[in-house]
Formats: sequence, C-alpha cells, structure tokens
Amino acid sequence: MAINIKESEEIVEDVLSIYPEKPRKNRQEHIGVNKKDACGSCVAKSNLKSLPGVMTPRGCAYAGSKGVVWGPVKDVINISHGPIGCGHYSWGTRRNLANGVPGVENFMPFQFTTDFRERDIVFGGDKKLEQAIHELKGLFPTTKGFVVESECPIGLIGDDIEAVAKKTSADLNTTVIPVRCEGFRGVSQSLGHHIANDSIRDYVVGSGKLDDSQKTKYDVAILGDYNIGGDVWASMKVITEMGLNVIAHWSGDGSIEEMRITHEVNYILLHCYRSMNYISNYYNEKYGIPWIEYNFFGPTKIKESIRKIAALFDEHIQEQSEKVIEKYEPKMQAVIDKYRPRLEGKKVMILVGGLRPRHIVGAYEDLGMQVVSAAYEFAHDDDYERTTKQLEDGAIIADDLNEHEFIELAHRLKPDLVASGIKEKYVFQKMGIPFRQMHSWDYSGPYHGYDGFEIFAKDMDLAINSPSWKFVKPSWKK
Amino acid sequence: MAKMTKEEVRQTKDWMKTEEYKELNFQRKSIVINPERACQPLGAVLCSAGFEGTMPFIHGSHGCVAYYRNNLSRHFREPIAAVSTSLTEDGAVFGGQANGFEGFKNCLNLYKPKMFAISTTCMTEVIGDDLGAIVNNARAKGFLPEDVPAPYANTPSFVGSHIDGYDNMLAAIIDTLGVKSESVSDVINIIPGFDTTTGNINEIKRLLTIMKVPYLVIADYSNTLDSPLNGEYKLYNEGATTLEDTKNCVNNKATIALQKFSTKKTLALLADKFKQEAKAVKSPVGIQFTDEFLMKVSEITGKEIPKEIEDERGRAVDSMTDAQQYIHGKKFAIFGDPDILTGLTSYLLEMGGIPKYVLCSNGNEEFKNDVEALLKEYGCDEGEVYIDKDLWHLHSLVMTGPVDMLIGPSHGKFVAREAGVPHIRLGYPIFDRVNIHRYPFYAYSGVINLTTWIVNKFIEIADETSDDAHFELLR
Repeated sequence: MAINIKESEEIVEDVLSIYPEKPRKNRQEHIGVNKKDACGSCVAKSNLKSLPGVMTPRGCAYAGSKGVVWGPVKDVINISHGPIGCGHYSWGTRRNLANGVPGVENFMPFQFTTDFRERDIVFGGDKKLEQAIHELKGLFPTTKGFVVESECPIGLIGDDIEAVAKKTSADLNTTVIPVRCEGFRGVSQSLGHHIANDSIRDYVVGSGKLDDSQKTKYDVAILGDYNIGGDVWASMKVITEMGLNVIAHWSGDGSIEEMRITHEVNYILLHCYRSMNYISNYYNEKYGIPWIEYNFFGPTKIKESIRKIAALFDEHIQEQSEKVIEKYEPKMQAVIDKYRPRLEGKKVMILVGGLRPRHIVGAYEDLGMQVVSAAYEFAHDDDYERTTKQLEDGAIIADDLNEHEFIELAHRLKPDLVASGIKEKYVFQKMGIPFRQMHSWDYSGPYHGYDGFEIFAKDMDLAINSPSWKFVKPSWKK
Repeated sequence: MAKMTKEEVRQTKDWMKTEEYKELNFQRKSIVINPERACQPLGAVLCSAGFEGTMPFIHGSHGCVAYYRNNLSRHFREPIAAVSTSLTEDGAVFGGQANGFEGFKNCLNLYKPKMFAISTTCMTEVIGDDLGAIVNNARAKGFLPEDVPAPYANTPSFVGSHIDGYDNMLAAIIDTLGVKSESVSDVINIIPGFDTTTGNINEIKRLLTIMKVPYLVIADYSNTLDSPLNGEYKLYNEGATTLEDTKNCVNNKATIALQKFSTKKTLALLADKFKQEAKAVKSPVGIQFTDEFLMKVSEITGKEIPKEIEDERGRAVDSMTDAQQYIHGKKFAIFGDPDILTGLTSYLLEMGGIPKYVLCSNGNEEFKNDVEALLKEYGCDEGEVYIDKDLWHLHSLVMTGPVDMLIGPSHGKFVAREAGVPHIRLGYPIFDRVNIHRYPFYAYSGVINLTTWIVNKFIEIADETSDDAHFELLR
C-alpha cells in the first residue's frame, strides 16, 4: 500500500511538537518525508552535532576507527591507547568473524590496552606506549604491525603518538600506525571512519607488491564489508563464481598484508560507502583505480549489482555472471515462496548506521515488506542523496533519530518490525514489537549474498511470526 | 613478508603454552591484555538504574554513553537509559558548561526525570570541568529546577574500575538526598554493590521477608533491570528505590552492604557523616558466608533466624553432600570482581574444590589477603591469588598448570577454549548465555544453583567423552 505523504508529514510534525522552539527547529531539519525526486539534504540535514541531553544512538570517533575500520584487521594488534573502558566495550562486540589461529595469525579475540592511570594522565603516556609496543612484539612476534587508537585523554594531554610510532617502527622494524581517533572529535563514529581511512592512506596504501605473475585482469578488492556473521565470505562466494579474483577484502577477515597490495587491483567493489569512500577515492586519484558501489542484500539488488559489476569486465565475466544469476534464481524464488506469504505487507522501521537503512530496503521488498521509515545514526548528505531513491514516497527519513522520536514514530507508524541496534532492541520488544538487531544481525548472519538472503528471510520471519508474541497480553485481559 | 607455514604457526602456538612464555608474559608492565575490568561511569549508570525516575547524566562524549548502554543491555537484555552532554572538540577547548545547561533542559523536556545522577568521563576529568559549579550555575540560571536533585560524582576512567564508579555515584546520591532526623527507624538498609545478578537481590529480599525484617534495598535495580514484557515500554520502571526512601535511609537502623570493595566510600559516608552503623558482610556465597550474613541481620534486628530458613539451609547442605564427590579435588580458575571471587572461593572450598587461580583485574592487597586467609583456613596450599592481572595472564597460568573448570564472566571463554575445559558463566558481563543473571548464586538457593551448574557440567562432560562401556546410566 502506498504511503500517504501528507499523513507522514503530520506524523513528523506531531512527533516534533514536544520540543520547545529551538530544539524543534534543529530536529525539524533532520527529519523529513521522502519524495523520490527530492534532494537528500532537502529531506534531512546530517553530520551535525547531536542535541545534548537526549538519547542519541551515536557513538564516537574511536568507535568508528577502532570498532569499525581497523578493529577487524586480524593480523595487526589494535592497541586501545588510553584508559580501560573504550577497549573493554569494543572487545568482541561487533561480530567481525575472522579465520586464523588466535594469538598467532588472528588477534581479533583480544583486547589490548595501555590502561591509563592517573600518573599517565599527569606525566604523559608516550613512554608507556613505547614500552607496550616492545612488550607486545616480544609476546606476539608474528603480528604484522600495530595500530594505536587514541582515546579522549591522548589528544587532551598532548601526547605525541606519531613520534612514538615512528621510533618504535624503526626500532622494531615493524609497522606502527598512529590513529588520532579521540572520541571527542567530530559528531559521531563517522569522523572516525575518515580518520582511520586517512591513516591507511598514510601508512599502508601502496606498501606491498603483487608479483606480476600473480596478476590477472579480473583482480578486484572488496571494501567496506566487515564480515559481520560471515558476510564477506558469502559475498566472496558470489563474486568468485562470477569469475573475479578477490585479492583483498577490507576489513572483515582482513589483513594488512592484503591492504598493502590493494593498489594492484583493477577495480574496487565498495559495499559500505559511508565508511570507506574516502580511501576508495584516494585509490582512484592516485592509481586511477575505479570503484563501484554494490548492494548484496536481497536477490533483486544482488542481481542488479552483479550486472553492474560484470559490465566493467569482458564478455567472459558477463556470461559467467548471468550463469550465477541463473543458478541462484530458483533457490531465491524458493526462499521468497516460503517466506513472502508470511511477511507480505509487514511494515518495517529502520535505524542503523550509515549504509544499511538504504541498502537493506530491497531485501525487505523482496519479501513483500514495506519500509515505512529509515533513519541513520551518522550518515552524510551523499548518503541521503542515495536514500531518497531507494525508499517509497511518503516514507519518513531521519538523521540521528533519538530514542524519544523513534518511540513516538513507532506509536504512530505501528510497525510490524523494528530493525536497529542493541540499545533500541529491548525498548521495542517491551512494547511488544518484534525486533532484529541490524548491526550485529542479532547473533545470526551472514545477511550478504545469496546465502545471506536465505538467513535474512528466516530471521525476519522468526522475529515477526514467533508464537511468543501472542503472550504479551495475559489471557485474562484479552 | 612470507606467509607462515602451518608448522610455524603450530610452533608459535605451542610456545605460548610454555613456562618460558609465562615468564615473559608476567614481566610486562605497560600493556594490559584482556582485562576483566570496565571503567567507572559504567558502574555509575548501573547504580543510577536502581533509583526511582533517575536519568544517568554523563558529562562527556555521547560515544562513552553508547558504550555503557550497549554493554549493560547485552548483559541484562533490557533497555538501558542514559544521556550525555554530547561534548565535542569545542567543549574540550571551552569547557562543557554550555552543553550541560542545554542537556538539562532537553532531558527535562523529553524524559522528565525526578533526579539526575551525574557522572563524568575521561574527557571532562582531563579538561577539569567542575561539576559542582555547573550544577549550581544551572540552578541559578533556571536550567535545573530546585526540585530535581542532581547528585554528581567524579568517575574518571583512569582511576579504579566500574565497581568504584558504582560506589562514587551511590555515595553522591545518598549524600545529596539523605536528610538526618532525630528518630531512628527499625528498617535496615541493604546495599547490593556492583552485582548484576538480579536474582541475588531478589533472593536477599525473600530471606529478609521470611525473617520479617523491615528492609530497604538501596539502588535496587532488581525490577528495573528485569522488567516485565507487557506491551508497554517504561523509561523509568517501577520497583526502584524511591527518592523519599533514599532521603530517609540515613535514619534507618543500620546498613549492610553485600559487597565491600564496591561500597567503601558509601559506607564511610553513612558511618562518618550520618553516624549510622554501616558495615559490609562478605558476599553471601556458600554456606558459611550466608550463615554470617543472616547472623549479622539477626544481631542488628534482634529477629531470630526462623526454622523455614534453617530448613532451606539444610536442603542446600543436602545438595552439597549429595554432589560434593564431583567437585572434591577438582581445580578451578576463577576470575571477575573481587567480592564475588571471595564468596566463590569460600563456596568452592566448602565443596572440597581447589580454587587454584583466583585472578582479579580490579582487586587490591586487601582482597588478596581475604582470599589467602580463606585458603589457609581450609589448608588449601595449591591456591594462588593474582591481583591487577588479566585474562592473558590467566591463559599462561592455565596452560602451564591445568585446571578442570573456569568460572567467571563471558570473556573467559577464549581461555577455556584454549585449555579445553568447561566455563561456567558468573558475574559481569555475561553476553553469551541467557537468563543466568536471573538465578541467584547468593544464599542457600545460590548454593544449590552453583552446585547444579558445576556438577552437571562435569557429568555432561563425562557423558560426552566416555566410551560405550563407561557411558553409564548412573552418575
């Protein structure tokens, strides 16, 4: 059923009416009603400061650098540089799966921190950092390098982690990368992505070499896939079957060794535009490598993406790609036949980070579901430009949607499913509304690729159609 | 760099299990690896969740608050409310007062808290923001109404751990709200401490009810963080400690804290400023410490320990003697917060178990002495206590001197897997098992639960690993 634009506008106005004038003016600019031909920033302004004192869903630059971009690189040691908390909270909580023997080839299950105490704040922590890197090199000699992620105090006390990185790098003949991702920088995780991208640019890009004999004309890199629940493996399966050769994937199940040779590829395939467009652009500027965005959520978008990617290559790849589509279409149809009747017409509200609120829409639509609102934590104008085209007219689009607004919208939109994060999950479940965590795939996944869609469909069905929801109201009150 | 061969990988891995590696590992001074320790503001948020209509208000970046909310939500599988002043770079330069004012205003408008529980982050501690001044100025300028209390605590992440944050916040709340009167009530205060097992709090309340002891749990989140699903989301759940009760709690007969390391400052405040009898008991884990707790309650209130509880105790002892053969002589590595570890050590010793490694990332010398005294009492000379050590130290310990089981929070699972031994989840955080926090490990019920979890795990392993001949019906 089409969404009534006027009704949506009234809902937004109603939800915002609780605010006094000043915050209302602020929030009005961030929440709008979609029209496919509207410019993104006309619908929602973005990448601006959050209101103090409200429950914003946003995280910080450290979360963007360590949690998102660098954290999943498995063969380096990520050092949470500063006090104990940040490293603790980002320890194993993002489900970036990685192969490799823990402690030797894979440092994902670890939490390394310089654990700042008062004396470090007073006297500075550069010496401690230097010693920490030496100690780590002794304990984990197989590590391919160190990434030092600064927490808030580092930037405030004036430590020179760049100098420490330079010195330890020379002393130990290894890579040490300083990342200035103090949590107070920027307005959300997003600046942390950018800062991490810049550190990759400055310390990694072009530093390796792929032997000519190993190169093919089909070499590609996958960027912006974090292997949540095995996403990148499901994506690679499709891309490999197309006949392409994945030389590197960032940063899910990723390695710095692969990052070093990424400049040798012919194309960059970019999944999460928000977190890795910066480095993709750099590859394009410096090496002339084109990058292309793709979307591997749901068969419709996967098919479109396969063809879009195949068009970059020769007939051989294009033929292979059609075969891939042909091979999976009956399987996907079977999934749709099974689940669509159970999900047809169900309404979804989304609040996730910087990509999925638009990218996952097609997968819901493949199941006959309707996205009635899509909100981002930390998107920018260019994300909203892409979003307006993906959503139906009348869908509500929101930036930095806070908990109050989210709940109030839900009261009015009456969704059958809310798709967001852990902070939001239990709020909506208490309301009796089925929910799926769409950062972590709610401990399931993968959701990417053809294999992922089957799991996605099953998960949406079990969330919405679980018999347990029938018991929210006591039998004697029904 | 050439890729490592499988043999090289194996050799490196094997080296990490050696005495030589352990020695190297224990020499490190500047890097902490897999600590079971979070930061102060997390504890402040937990404490705040135990008070009626209270919004945790954290002065700093919203990134910190996202982390506390995520972390607590994953453990309790409940919504966690908290706001920040959303400070950014300009706040670091100009101070955070303006954001504080705006934060109060926005929060009052949207969430209508009855109280703000204000804590700090690294950032606002380093830039030296003065919370007292911000609160006073906010009141003077009308951003903060007089009838909304706003206790504040300094909770720098570079000092102590989550248990200290809990203590600092609680002390601030009682200090701010408490009003001393002439009369003393019969009520006794119970302070759970940083205990994320809602089942424990419920268990203590149940026992006090049986004893007909009038009590007040201070910072009671047993309902707010275990709220019913009934189709309605409540930002402030029912059942938290009321502000009125908190105001009067300083006039109650006495305070018993169920943890000592997470309540030191609070107990000192109650004793020194409010002249109340305020003491910590050993966390009532196992028979002995539960007995002591009940005797303490009885001593303070004059109420006898009724037969009903004596029978419960008898059932717990019965469950122990029925099952002790499966624990006797078994070696355990236990880790987590200090008070829980002291209690757990006592329970394991009562069962004839050997707490071979008691490792605490946030314990001090006093904790070490407490546990060592227990080990000595039971003549257990195999037990070793480690403070200010992390789970990578534990890895070395377990790899060089094996144990039969790990008990502690979820993060221990990586060590347990390497060692090939079972891991019973206990404490904070538990991210990978459901409902554990709803089951008490305190008091006599807790004895039965601990025994059930530990013993059945050993029996399951016996079943899973035995050959056909030894796959027996009787265990």
